Amino acid sequence: MKSIFLLRYYGRELKVQRKKIALTVAAIAWGTLSIVLLLAFGEGMKDQILRARKGLGEDLVIVWGGQTSLPYKGLPRGRPVRLSDEDIDLLRRRIPGIRRISGEYSRWGTPITHGAKSVSRHMVGVNPEFGLMRNWIAERGGRFFDREDMERKRRVVFLGSKLREELFGDRQAVGEQIVIDRMPFTVIGVMKEKLQMGMYSGPDVDKAAIPLTTMETLFAQRSYFGNFVYQPKDPEARKSVEREIYRVLGTKHQFDPTDESALSIWDAIESQKSMSNMMMGIQVFLGVIGGLTLLVAGVGVANIMYVTIKERTREIGIKMAIGAKPSNVMHQFLIESLLIAFVGGAVGLAVSAALVSVLQGIEIENEGLQFLGKPEISWEIGLITVCILGLIGTVAGLFPSRKASRINPAESLRYE
Amino acid sequence: MISMTNITKVYDTGKIEVEALRGIDIEFERGDFISIMGPSGSGKSTLMNIMGCLDVPSSGTYVLDGEEVQGLHHNRLAEIRNEKIGFVFQNFNLLPYATARENVEMPMIFRGTTAGERRRRSSELLDLVMLGDRLDHKPGELSGGEMQRVAIARSLANAPAIILADEPTGNLDSGSGREILNLFHNLWKEGRTVIIITHDASIARESKRIVHMMDGRITPDGPVPA
Repeated sequence: MKSIFLLRYYGRELKVQRKKIALTVAAIAWGTLSIVLLLAFGEGMKDQILRARKGLGEDLVIVWGGQTSLPYKGLPRGRPVRLSDEDIDLLRRRIPGIRRISGEYSRWGTPITHGAKSVSRHMVGVNPEFGLMRNWIAERGGRFFDREDMERKRRVVFLGSKLREELFGDRQAVGEQIVIDRMPFTVIGVMKEKLQMGMYSGPDVDKAAIPLTTMETLFAQRSYFGNFVYQPKDPEARKSVEREIYRVLGTKHQFDPTDESALSIWDAIESQKSMSNMMMGIQVFLGVIGGLTLLVAGVGVANIMYVTIKERTREIGIKMAIGAKPSNVMHQFLIESLLIAFVGGAVGLAVSAALVSVLQGIEIENEGLQFLGKPEISWEIGLITVCILGLIGTVAGLFPSRKASRINPAESLRYE
Repeated sequence: MISMTNITKVYDTGKIEVEALRGIDIEFERGDFISIMGPSGSGKSTLMNIMGCLDVPSSGTYVLDGEEVQGLHHNRLAEIRNEKIGFVFQNFNLLPYATARENVEMPMIFRGTTAGERRRRSSELLDLVMLGDRLDHKPGELSGGEMQRVAIARSLANAPAIILADEPTGNLDSGSGREILNLFHNLWKEGRTVIIITHDASIARESKRIVHMMDGRITPDGPVPA
């Protein structure tokens, strides 16, 4: 077949120049390695950070009681808004757009003891929905507290993973007794280890949680809690839920529903979106850096094509003398350019894949580096790389091959 | 078959203009065996390049086989070179990384001939030039005379009507040169138009008509040297 004949011949021509071309292929391989690794690290980092964001919980809004800044119905401004169980029940009943909601009592510096080990940690009193909202998932063999624990005001405790390690080391904690502020509690669950990006009261892995009713009965020094956490049914409709919360609580606590200072809100959903956008920006940036590296290699391809075409001027003339059209000449050099780009790209991709495979097997202990994640090569990265290589091979080969096709046959046959 | 009227060729080097051909009028009939003679710089290679559609004239009219050539697109010129003209060069101009057979097949590739037909014809042509046992040798493995025979076989690949040879024996010893000339003779006897550029009178003697050139012009045809 004509194509096989010509490809075989082009292959022989390339083989003769293999040393010269090897450097260019190496440059393309290096450029490919750069872009693939940068994109792979970007992908890994994005996934790790999004995973870490979920460590706080998904689709969350956290609300603290604030202070009124507007007078309302004869009442002065500057009044504190104090949140309690009643508010949680009211909001749950009145706002169908809320999926889950839990009050959160906080007690800082709570003394917690097991045997000879004694620590001082943040303890929260919450309801069972809190665990689901905040991704406090129990390790196998344990559980978060349930309705019955709440109704019976049981002395049960759920430990953060790091807190468990501090109190129990490698030993099993579920079923064991600990002492919280001189009162015995039973450990019913330990949090599965998680990465957490975004926190409002310290890392969850350091905390202990008890049923909200137990907290109110045994430890609460006040009848109100600092904040509550909720998940809207439809995250896109969260602003209307927020307005409803202001309206309902405004009626109960006698503040103007438009008074933004009455409550302090952290929309973690919005933060998550900003983080996703930022990660996309970082990925694009990394891709551009890698692309520029590959582009430099592409310049090398164009350079080597110009050199080889100059050296093969007479051969081009011979082919034209025996009937090759300018398009035949152009196709040959375009194919050579693409071949260099794709061979180099294949080498680069293979080395990248091998490196990523090795890196994925390395366990990262350092907490800071954990957010870097592990590099991941997706099919999208592969496709992007192949497209860029094709573009580079085409553009780098286009101008030299056009120049070759315009060679005057008579002059080229005289070329020494 | 070939008709040139007032053909000129001017090379503009930027600083000066060089008139390589100054108003060439010439006609060749089908089946002619012609030598074009002249000293170095007389314009004979330029004339051959234009005749062979490797270059275009600066002015004048060139009709080849009934087709006006001077204004044609380069793709059509390539087709004419492929189908109607066979070139034989002084320095052979074979493709160095192709075997003897592949060199002969190359013009057929550009014509679109099928693989089977290419193979058959290349074997036939290499047999004709007595290189049937060197099909798979590359030019680096052949002598000068053998390389020129491959070049002749290649020139016949698409059965062109015209063979243009520029100093075909210039780089050969007398024995090999003699063999090559005999081949040209045989091709002429088969009915082809053979045009040889040479400055060697002994070669010109082989042809039926000599065209003399000097300073870009044709001087009156001289008799065939004795």
